[in-house]
Amino acid sequence: MAETSTVRTVTGRTTSTPHTRVLGLVTLVGVAWLVLFGLVLSPADQNQGESVRILYLHAPAAWLAYLAFVVTAAASALFLFTKRHSLGWDRLAGASAEIGVLFMAITLVVGMLWGRLTWGVFWRWDARLTTTAFLFVTYIGYLAVRRLGGTAEQRAQRSAVLALLAVLEIPLVHFSVKLWRGLHQDATVLRPNGDVKLDNLMLFTLLSGIVTFTLMYVWLVIHRQRTLTAEDLLDDVGLELALAERRRESIPSRPPVPQAEVPITEVKVPS
Amino acid sequence: MTWRRTAWLIARRDLLVEWRSRIALNQVFPFAGIVMVMFGFAIDDTSLMERIAPGLVMLATMFALLVLVQRSFAVESEDGALDALRTAGVSSSALFWGKSLAMAVQLAALEALLVLLAVLLYGSTVRASGVALLLATWLVTSWGLATVGTLYGGLAAGARGRETLLPLLLLPVVAPVLIGATRAVEAALGARGSVADGWPWMGLVAVFAAVFCAGGTLAFGPLIDE
Amino acid sequence: MEDAGFIVSSYVVTFGGVVLYAWYVLRRGKKATDHLPDDSKPWV
Repeated sequence: MAETSTVRTVTGRTTSTPHTRVLGLVTLVGVAWLVLFGLVLSPADQNQGESVRILYLHAPAAWLAYLAFVVTAAASALFLFTKRHSLGWDRLAGASAEIGVLFMAITLVVGMLWGRLTWGVFWRWDARLTTTAFLFVTYIGYLAVRRLGGTAEQRAQRSAVLALLAVLEIPLVHFSVKLWRGLHQDATVLRPNGDVKLDNLMLFTLLSGIVTFTLMYVWLVIHRQRTLTAEDLLDDVGLELALAERRRESIPSRPPVPQAEVPITEVKVPS
Repeated sequence: MTWRRTAWLIARRDLLVEWRSRIALNQVFPFAGIVMVMFGFAIDDTSLMERIAPGLVMLATMFALLVLVQRSFAVESEDGALDALRTAGVSSSALFWGKSLAMAVQLAALEALLVLLAVLLYGSTVRASGVALLLATWLVTSWGLATVGTLYGGLAAGARGRETLLPLLLLPVVAPVLIGATRAVEAALGARGSVADGWPWMGLVAVFAAVFCAGGTLAFGPLIDE
Repeated sequence: MEDAGFIVSSYVVTFGGVVLYAWYVLRRGKKATDHLPDDSKPWV
């Protein structure tokens, strides 16, 4: 009995939808807005001069990176402790962590450029910077664990546990580093005042930065999560598709089937 | 079989395996020893080395920890022992405590050796007022590193293709121990600070040990049950 | 004014990094969704 059901694939569909296209457009406008205000329209700072312009990138990037990791931890908890153990939570955790690592890398690099201008050094062993570097490495480790292989459920379980352990570990590290740096009173005479007095326009620019980075984060998370969903589905469905293809190939005398006549196999989306 | 007996048997098994194979003794301890010697080559400044001796001891301990954790789980994966134990219904928390206990014993022996080497190689001295602090730090550090090593070892060690992940995962996590234990030992040995200064640092390591003891008890099961 | 170099580099690094990553995600997404039938994607 010849296999009658085959799967029709439609190429050209991506992870974009009308909503994400609008979001993407708004984000691009936001980026242009931020560049305009950050580089041109906002004034220089009394203390820091022009280098304050870097802060309009550095601070939002840092905040979004931390937000991304909170999302990862929350999604991991939801995966572990809800009855359905929906893989959607795991994929959200993974997507958010990857974008968190990106924003964290930006935070560190841009922060070093700012530090070079303001303090004259690329790096200072202060509590916040050191903890940030630790957070960065910790999540690189998390991403590496996600790539260990196995089924999606295995990946989800071990990543979720790891993310929650990170929630335990990060405050400990932060507290330890703070105590540690507390031993060394940095002479304030050595570094120029890092505090910034924000006038209204500067505050507005900073807020624009936060809005723009948030938009970027949301757009990226949506697309990254959809990609992960597609890849997980591909793992499930891919085998069926390949088998169907092979079967169709093995019937040489059959004329090619016009698309409209091909019955479509119902592919169940795993919940 | 009570939980306590199970944990004890696991610890005893791990220590017996080590005793019979002598791998930690013959390989890991000399490794740590050579690390201490290599610090001497790299740093080459006697007075400096005496001052930073506690830091070097802790660093050598961290590196040896990685190898000890790998070994602890290689023993499990060799004949599928871990899987067999879990299938037999052995409680994961008893497993965790048993393996941590065995690891803590090995670590404690290692750290004692390293402090001795620091006295011999770097000219460290132990002052009488610091002995209590040194002993307390020695105990909490061994236990703290053992629990965190066992926990992350369950995830990353033993299985093929995962060993390289262990250093990346474990070293950031043990940073509080590195910071706290080093400051405490510095105080105990008189390298920096007074003995009174050292006790809060020991406290930090103790908090770390408590947190990962609790966290590990809960998380070990899900991590090894794949 | 060498400050300008640092400042502009920050903007280039930031938005360049984000754009590169976005391109990577879109490409990877396209590759994965190419082989899947429409009705299996929850967002379509």
